Amino acid sequence: MDPKPLWLLAELTYKCPLQCPYCSNPLDFAGPRFKRELSTDEWCRVFREAKALGVLQLGLSGGEPTLRADLEVLVSEAHGLGLYTSLITSAYRLTKERLAGLKAAGLDHVQISIQGADAELSDAVAGTTSYRDKIAAYHYTRELGFPLTVNVVLHRRNLHQVEALIRLAESLGAERIELANTQFYGWALHNRTALMPTRAQLDEAWRVVQRERARLGTRLEIVWVLPDYHEQYPKPCMGGWARAYMTVTPAGEVWPCHAAGRITTLTFENVREHPLDWIWEHSDAFQRFRGDAWMPEPCRSCPRKSQDFGGCRCQAFLVAGDAALTDPVCSLSPHRHLIDAAVAEVERAAEAAEWTYRAAPASRVLAAKG
Amino acid sequence: MTAAGRATVPRLHPKARLQHDDVRGRDVLLYPEGLVALNPTGAEILGLCDGVRSVADVVAALEQRYGAPGEGVERDVTAFLDGLAAKGLVTYGS
Repeated sequence: MDPKPLWLLAELTYKCPLQCPYCSNPLDFAGPRFKRELSTDEWCRVFREAKALGVLQLGLSGGEPTLRADLEVLVSEAHGLGLYTSLITSAYRLTKERLAGLKAAGLDHVQISIQGADAELSDAVAGTTSYRDKIAAYHYTRELGFPLTVNVVLHRRNLHQVEALIRLAESLGAERIELANTQFYGWALHNRTALMPTRAQLDEAWRVVQRERARLGTRLEIVWVLPDYHEQYPKPCMGGWARAYMTVTPAGEVWPCHAAGRITTLTFENVREHPLDWIWEHSDAFQRFRGDAWMPEPCRSCPRKSQDFGGCRCQAFLVAGDAALTDPVCSLSPHRHLIDAAVAEVERAAEAAEWTYRAAPASRVLAAKG
Repeated sequence: MTAAGRATVPRLHPKARLQHDDVRGRDVLLYPEGLVALNPTGAEILGLCDGVRSVADVVAALEQRYGAPGEGVERDVTAFLDGLAAKGLVTYGS
């Protein structure tokens, strides 16, 4: 039997007041491909089709999803369908009244990013003054009774704050803190030499995480998203291509993950032209790497293929030049040297390189380059 | 508390929600960034955890429904609830 999706990430808009240099949005987010955003009715239809297809978990993300004036309507529709809804937000200028309205509409869970443990670093990474709004919003979510996830993308310039970040989440009464080491796609790949940490930084942060997990138990769940360039084997990306997960982008293109749109050798379909179940079951992008028939060696004969599914197709495309290759992060990949070289370059550098902020003007320049 | 005593009152954590999964014909427990698929017995146990019944009451209700008293039911109920408590999805109060 074909797998059915459990998760839908709805990227409602790519507009965002923050400018984080590791943003997972496409480099050309401000270009013509993503311009014509889905309407309220179109999103509601997508949610209905997703539920009928098997989706149970809905992430409302972006860009900044609270920029959509119809967010309450979308949450209400999703809640009525029985979807578990998570708002994934920067909390920029997010008021208690807006959150209360979202609660009334049926929102289940709020995830708020933070870029550092103090205002100075958080605002510097975000490229926008936003720390105070975030702290205020954390308190509002608790006062309104939402489960709260604090989300932090980790990189060279904030890894030293892991302990302070965990203590912050603890003091806020959060359920979870997601410590997500930067995965190198989109803007993060563009800024890779500036963002990649050293091995020593990662080792120290991991020691802190283990110690804090032992101290906190079930009071605060600490999620540690592995820095895959520094691992021996690839991540089981999305739990396998087109097995459980799909992303709908602001203008309706449907991707097997939120980075897949960069794979130029795949054809992506749009919810404006096809029903979601057809896209999931029959479209080129979803069929191409489903299962294991596509796998080359060393994956094909590897006992780990049912655990890691050959790793990440996007990484194979972006680093090794072909989405049908083994994830180059794997130590058995003939392209692992490309990962090792990127890691070694950072280890050699005395100081972190400068990054490019994620912003519309830079995006339009990159979109024009293609 | 993360282990069920007979007199403790198990409650579903507010972050978790029971939901029927029409497509797969089963009940699931949904929570932030995750889900647990439930078998019919698990769904029934959670359905009885109303914030009033103690573990002993839940066991008694099940025994009455199925006319199968004995240590087995209590062992299964506490093991199931403790498993969810370890994930922070069930809490025990008084």
